Amino acid sequence: MTVSTNPTVGQEMEHPSAPLLRMERIPHVWCPSCGIGTVVKCYATALERSGVDLDKVSVVSGIGCSGRVAGYLKLDGFHTTHGRAIPFATGLKLGRPELLVTVISGDGDLVGIGGNHFIHAARRNLDLLVILINNFIYGMTGGQNAPTTPLGAKSSTMPFGNFETPFNLPHLAASSGASYVARWTCLHIRRLTWSIEEAIGKRGFRFIEAVAPCPTLYARLNKLGSGLDAMRFYHDTAEIRNGADTREVDVSFQSPIICGKFVDEERPTFLDLMHDHYSNRLGDGYVPMPPEGGMLHER
Amino acid sequence: MKADPAGVLTGSHYLDGDFACGEGAMAAGCRFVAGYPITPSTEVVERISRRFPTLGGTFIQMEDELASMAAVVGAAWTGSKTMTVTSGPGFSLMMENIGLAAMMETPCVVVNVQRGGPSTGLPTMVGQGDVMQARWGSHGDYEVIALSPQSPQEAFDLTIDAFNLAEIYRVPVMFLMDECVGHMTEKVVIPEAEAIEIEPRRLTEKSPESFDPYQVEEGQLPEFARAGDGYRFHTTGLTHDEHGYPEMSVECQEVNVSRLVGKIRDNADSIVRFEEEGVEDADVVVVSYGITARVARLAVEEARSQGLKVGFLRLVVIWPFPEKRIRELAGSVGAFVVPEINYGQIALEVERAAAGQAVTWPVHHAGGAVHSPDAITEIIIKAAV
Repeated sequence: MTVSTNPTVGQEMEHPSAPLLRMERIPHVWCPSCGIGTVVKCYATALERSGVDLDKVSVVSGIGCSGRVAGYLKLDGFHTTHGRAIPFATGLKLGRPELLVTVISGDGDLVGIGGNHFIHAARRNLDLLVILINNFIYGMTGGQNAPTTPLGAKSSTMPFGNFETPFNLPHLAASSGASYVARWTCLHIRRLTWSIEEAIGKRGFRFIEAVAPCPTLYARLNKLGSGLDAMRFYHDTAEIRNGADTREVDVSFQSPIICGKFVDEERPTFLDLMHDHYSNRLGDGYVPMPPEGGMLHER
Repeated sequence: MKADPAGVLTGSHYLDGDFACGEGAMAAGCRFVAGYPITPSTEVVERISRRFPTLGGTFIQMEDELASMAAVVGAAWTGSKTMTVTSGPGFSLMMENIGLAAMMETPCVVVNVQRGGPSTGLPTMVGQGDVMQARWGSHGDYEVIALSPQSPQEAFDLTIDAFNLAEIYRVPVMFLMDECVGHMTEKVVIPEAEAIEIEPRRLTEKSPESFDPYQVEEGQLPEFARAGDGYRFHTTGLTHDEHGYPEMSVECQEVNVSRLVGKIRDNADSIVRFEEEGVEDADVVVVSYGITARVARLAVEEARSQGLKVGFLRLVVIWPFPEKRIRELAGSVGAFVVPEINYGQIALEVERAAAGQAVTWPVHHAGGAVHSPDAITEIIIKAAV
């Protein structure tokens, strides 16, 4: 008879992030070796480490596989309409300025149907942390072409390979006015977690792209193997280039993915600018919205 | 509770309907507005953007109407009273998140200063063609409340009512103005704050541990928790159970939709509002709303001067529709005449409610101007024969 020296064997082990997860909702909807769960774990860990008041954290998602993230986090969570997570989050932040509002959603949601909102929120430097999970394809609807699908990659609506030029997301965010821009893959768990934690401590429009494997659709349609093969690919080819010029970090089909923190510069946020402007113009006549919001209520 | 005096511009003013609507919103306690410029509604947000910085309110001009409506729903979940303002083309874009507001049971107000359509139509000229869209413009089955003012004074008064109804029933309330009422300038009397009754957001008293965002214990409404108070609740546009979690089942769908529809239909008697006069012994009853009601009143007077027995019924609340009252009247009158600036929207509702007991005569107008009173009188005379 072998006796385990591991004291946890035979006991129910709690997931280390259980306090932040809606465990009653597990198992989740994501496929085996999908990268979304990894990003959720990194976010949960970063939140715990950051020491922020979790009661004041809201998570907003749109529609799609990554749109389901808000439904698994034990925070105030909003699963909204397709592409509108950022404007919904804008309302939450401006309605109650003391909230830490995070948007976690996919590439099709945030820069496909929601692209206009993305660039305008970045332009305003709104106080939002936006984590975009990029799997290069529309997963929930079955593998259609995305605005991030690399040239030449196959999708169900580009069966002969994609001929549209995809977005370079860090460059889109940076050139639109984001004050923090980073990209990591699901292999870079520690760096992604650290980056999210760092971004939580900053202000303004913070954008983190997390490249994630989609074994069921993107990888299958392009014969790229399993989720593990994707990890191996990230491991063998990803290049960390902090401070890289975002014009040079575009993604080609199966080319090395350039990761790192590309932009980190504090600029006045939408709310800073609004407060300063009205204070200057209106003096004592200016009544800002209180941090807890402009509500009128009775219990 | 009473209105916050900070938002109430007590006194007699000379205001257009758009400004009066903005003042009504501020008096009602609205402190978050997101909007996108569109004629003929823009003066509402211009008024608000000038006054909000002195009231602790935030206005943001969003990148489009999709975003405006989404922001209004998001901000409503902080407990704030929220509103957006638009006209036809923008109203079409807002339908997506009006559906989300209905599904999440989010109180908010959507002002539509109607212009001629379809499509870009007549940007600066009047229409009333969005009445059906206001009711069911977003996909799926749900009910909303819609009000229609006939004057700047009512634009003020009914905007407050719209906010109150949004709170009572947790629905998006459609405020259906029209270009004429929006741009018409008249005397508007704004009372003292303490004379204005405000329906506050009622927050749950339950502890976070015992709270479920869509659990209904009494009546038809779940209790409300706002973001940031430690409830860590979840809500979604998907069909959801009492925890606010997605639940894809026929049974859950039935619970969701029957509540969204039932909370308005079952309370229609409390929500329905209309004004009527001279209907008891009338042969013909004219049914109208908004600016058209003011034109129709001239036609009613003219027809009466010719000896006809004509009653008049003005819809203040359009949705839910006063079908009970129309059905009662249909038993005693010969005909209804329904002038409206469209090719027959409320006229179809009147016809349905009359259920064959009385004839319904629509008086069509494609938009761009109000009816000539004579055109309405002519139909009243025909209907009376």
